[in-house]
Amino acid sequence: MADTRTPLLEAKGICKYFGGLKAVEEVDMQIMQGEIFGIIGPNGAGKTTFFNVCTGIYPPTKGKIYFEGEDITGISPEKAAQKRIARTFQNLQLFKFMTVLDNVKIGCHIKTSSNLFDAVVRTKKYHRDEEYAIEKSLDILRSIDLYEYRDTMAGNLSYGMQRKVEIARALALDPKILLLDEPAAGMNPPETRSLMEFIKMLNQEGYTITVIEHDMKFVMNSCSRILVLNFGEKIFEGTPDEVKVNQEVQSAYFGRGLVAGEALK
Amino acid sequence: MSKVKELFNKYQVLAYIVLLALLCVVPFALPKAVYVRYACNILMYATLAGSLNIINGYSGQTCLGQAGFFAIGAYTMGALSTKFGISFWLLLPLAGILAAFVGFLVSLPTLKLKGIYLSIVTLGASEIIRIIAQTWTPVTGGAMGIKQIPYPEMFGLDTFRPKYYYFIFLFIGVIFLFVTKRVLQSRVGRAWISIREDEIAAKSLGVQTSFYKSLNFMYGAFWAGVVGCAYAPFVNYIEASQFSTDTGFNVLAMIVIGGQGTLIGPIVGSTIVTLLTESLRFLESWRYVIYAVLIIAMMWLRPQGIAGASRSILAGGKIKRKKQAAGAEGGATNG
Repeated sequence: MADTRTPLLEAKGICKYFGGLKAVEEVDMQIMQGEIFGIIGPNGAGKTTFFNVCTGIYPPTKGKIYFEGEDITGISPEKAAQKRIARTFQNLQLFKFMTVLDNVKIGCHIKTSSNLFDAVVRTKKYHRDEEYAIEKSLDILRSIDLYEYRDTMAGNLSYGMQRKVEIARALALDPKILLLDEPAAGMNPPETRSLMEFIKMLNQEGYTITVIEHDMKFVMNSCSRILVLNFGEKIFEGTPDEVKVNQEVQSAYFGRGLVAGEALK
Repeated sequence: MSKVKELFNKYQVLAYIVLLALLCVVPFALPKAVYVRYACNILMYATLAGSLNIINGYSGQTCLGQAGFFAIGAYTMGALSTKFGISFWLLLPLAGILAAFVGFLVSLPTLKLKGIYLSIVTLGASEIIRIIAQTWTPVTGGAMGIKQIPYPEMFGLDTFRPKYYYFIFLFIGVIFLFVTKRVLQSRVGRAWISIREDEIAAKSLGVQTSFYKSLNFMYGAFWAGVVGCAYAPFVNYIEASQFSTDTGFNVLAMIVIGGQGTLIGPIVGSTIVTLLTESLRFLESWRYVIYAVLIIAMMWLRPQGIAGASRSILAGGKIKRKKQAAGAEGGATNG
């Protein structure tokens, strides 16, 4: 299936070493406009590190990142956000002591531009920006079912809801691509199901989504293509059905040898 | 419901007006001139501590060098008014701008530093400014200092009397609070607070943290400079030892005790520390021991300070789930 379009986000030969530890080794990835792309792999496979390289948290040791065909290797996270690459974090980086609404309002930062002068004089721009931030945030909160919690402190919400706040905050950037790092971690099955629906809905609205997830039901049901990492290396890439039957993926997850072989039968 | 809120807002303005009127009566109501001097000190230090609170309390950086910015303001007034006879009212913003510029320079190396390393750089910068003030004799008078700094003109009042000078400090304090409240309720203020709460998250949402940290330093330094400018004629005589790190730590003590991350905190802190300083004078240097104990106790029991932002990372980073119901009452603490 040769695709001639420019990928939205492309990684070419990405390596990331921490001293002698090869966290990510020669990983290629192409994410097309409008897909849900999954990244899976056992714990410690380098998924999050790879994500961090893609969003500018770490510069790669080797390799290039392209966004809409433009080289963005080693840009800062702020710049990545300004290019509207939005992300969430595996271990939740919420503004815990702020209300849910304020959390999302900070997400509107790059979509507004009022400065110190506007704030002091309360210019038209200030009022326009504040109105925009509030309306936009409330819209997002309504769509993600957090509207009634808008005035609750984010840190007081349940784990699953905090994850949703993070997604809401990322959506405030009007992202061209949304990178979700284990969005369903800590959620119970009904919560996971509703999150899955929500992510699919976002995708239908036109958002391109990349997701790291351990919940296989989630990944197999919603992703169009899946990248499998193990010990920092890409071991497979393909559709969910191909991944399910791939020998290497199975051995990465279940191990090799007689016992594992027995278990699979 | 909205009517109730409207009514409350109306009364809020009224409350501010009453409070301001009361503050205006204070210098005439106090029985002794020396008490008026204390009141002046409280107001002055409240604004100075407020300017430090902008940096330490809102963007979560640790600046120990506020005395340096304060000195820039004081020497701007001292030097330019005695040598060129420039009006105090013109020098007031100029002192702020100069201090903000120095604040910008100090912020440059500190953008990549955090925590204790940042503190040491700011402390060093403050000392450098003091040493320049001590040795640059043609401008700062060196060890002799600058004498007879002219009193500001204000509606023909005798501003050399603290009774009237009080209004200059009140004016600066009110303007500071008014402007700062507006800034904090804007995109800029939210960016500062987001840096305090979680810098990585702020970055990932496109907040240019270096720019906003720099702006934060400049804003804090600006007001320290303005207060410094008002301080010089008040004491009439300035020399380098008035701007030692002791002054910086004194102001830091105010926000640690009074509270960080709220507008009221520094005012509380300034009142407590100034009154303690005056009432404990008979203990001489021993009173610093009392400060030390107070600061340690405060950091232990209530890290955000008496009136600090309880609902912030400053309070020790723990969320009290018991108070979940109370948590819904809105973001007043960060206002």
